[in-house]
Amino acid sequence: MVIIQDLYKKFGKNHVLSGVDLTIDQPGIFAVLGPNGSGKTTLIKSILGMVIPNKGDIFVLGEHIRKSANYRHHIDYLPQIANFPGNLRVKELIKMIKDLRGNTLEDSKLIALFKLSPFLDKKLSTLSGGTKQKVNIVLTFMFDSPLIILDEPTTGLDPISLIRLKELLQEAKSKGKTILITSHIMSFVEEVSDEIVFLLEGKIYFKGSISDLRSQTKQPNFEHAIASILTDNHA
Amino acid sequence: MRSRWSYVYFSFYLLLGAVLLFLNNDLSKAVITLMNVIIVLVPLIGTIFGVMYYYNSKEFTELLLAQPLKRSSIFLGQYLGVALSLTMSLILGLGIPFVFYGLFKSGAIWDFSLLLITGAFLTFIFTALAFNIALSNENKIKGFGYAILLWLFLAIIYDGLFLMSLILFEDYPLDKLSLAGTMLNPIDLSRTLILLKLDISALLGYTGAIFKKFFGTNFGLFISFFSLMIWVILPVSRIVIKSKKKDF
Repeated sequence: MVIIQDLYKKFGKNHVLSGVDLTIDQPGIFAVLGPNGSGKTTLIKSILGMVIPNKGDIFVLGEHIRKSANYRHHIDYLPQIANFPGNLRVKELIKMIKDLRGNTLEDSKLIALFKLSPFLDKKLSTLSGGTKQKVNIVLTFMFDSPLIILDEPTTGLDPISLIRLKELLQEAKSKGKTILITSHIMSFVEEVSDEIVFLLEGKIYFKGSISDLRSQTKQPNFEHAIASILTDNHA
Repeated sequence: MRSRWSYVYFSFYLLLGAVLLFLNNDLSKAVITLMNVIIVLVPLIGTIFGVMYYYNSKEFTELLLAQPLKRSSIFLGQYLGVALSLTMSLILGLGIPFVFYGLFKSGAIWDFSLLLITGAFLTFIFTALAFNIALSNENKIKGFGYAILLWLFLAIIYDGLFLMSLILFEDYPLDKLSLAGTMLNPIDLSRTLILLKLDISALLGYTGAIFKKFFGTNFGLFISFFSLMIWVILPVSRIVIKSKKKDF
């Protein structure tokens, strides 16, 4: 699915990623964790080709990402902060993305699921943060791509929408898709993810299942296991 | 284009064209006045619109970048969108009143079309330069500052420096130098082209005669358009190269 080899990226003097090797080849939900500024978003943006790495190769579905932009047809991406052009209406935005990526019938189902129909004619600049995030989720899930990348999907969501999001994730997983998630909400990660990738100072510190992590750190609970990694490394 | 401003720009030219014709009652005189306006205003508007559009559509660009689109097509599309809509506003806004005034029956039609062509060139050049500045500067205020400085330099300061150097070296033969100096600034180049076309080169004195000899010929005209083309192509290719390397 996704193969990352020896990835380096620095912004100015700040080395964000220094030698990341990651192979994700089976379906399931993978959580990318790490403290603030550990390079989670940079890693994800590198996969999407939005950040150009200084060194290293990334392959998505066997294709090198520098070769063509077409591999992005196979990725659904949910950006961290929903920055949409404010002068567009929700309906127009959805239509525009459909024009770019091909038609889909999923959108009306998702709009109903998140109860967005009263907002369809509103301008995006007038929406609240949580509603924007729901629009963001609709845009991400309305295509049937084998790879889904979610950057902080839970931001601003109310409890009902959070449950809906978890259902969507389970449904996508049961279809055999690969899902990459970053989140700071440990209970959410613990509940949904099959495997975690822990980034620390630009390197992969740990990759494996949650029970592996618990036994490795000798902590009974997931949140404490993560905290113990952080305190041991004074990060 | 869903920008309100391009309509404002369009109606401004419509009004300008109509008022000039009304006051002058003579097509070729109106063309001269228009030239003075166009030479200064078109680059300014192109620069400001280019920078403004880039910064305003930043979120939109980031949305598009995650979609299966080539980077070069995203940025070239945006550039062409701005430059073409500005050019359309210019051509339609000035063209409509002149056509109503009987442009096609008068001898000024070639002068007028040259004016529009150089106006279009200037729009494309300065929008491209503005996109370059905006791509290289994350900070909006800095970007705007550099863009205005660039316009100020090419529209006003360059002329000043040029004149000073001519005065300073007046003992030497300067015709080659002044030709080259004119070629290197798209605003000067356009001005000279139009002035010579209008046959008022006598205003320029001795240099005018040299210029006339050079620009008046087909070869000179060809070279001038060629250098205007270079002025478009260079910044546009830098947009493509720069956008391929940029992180978002």
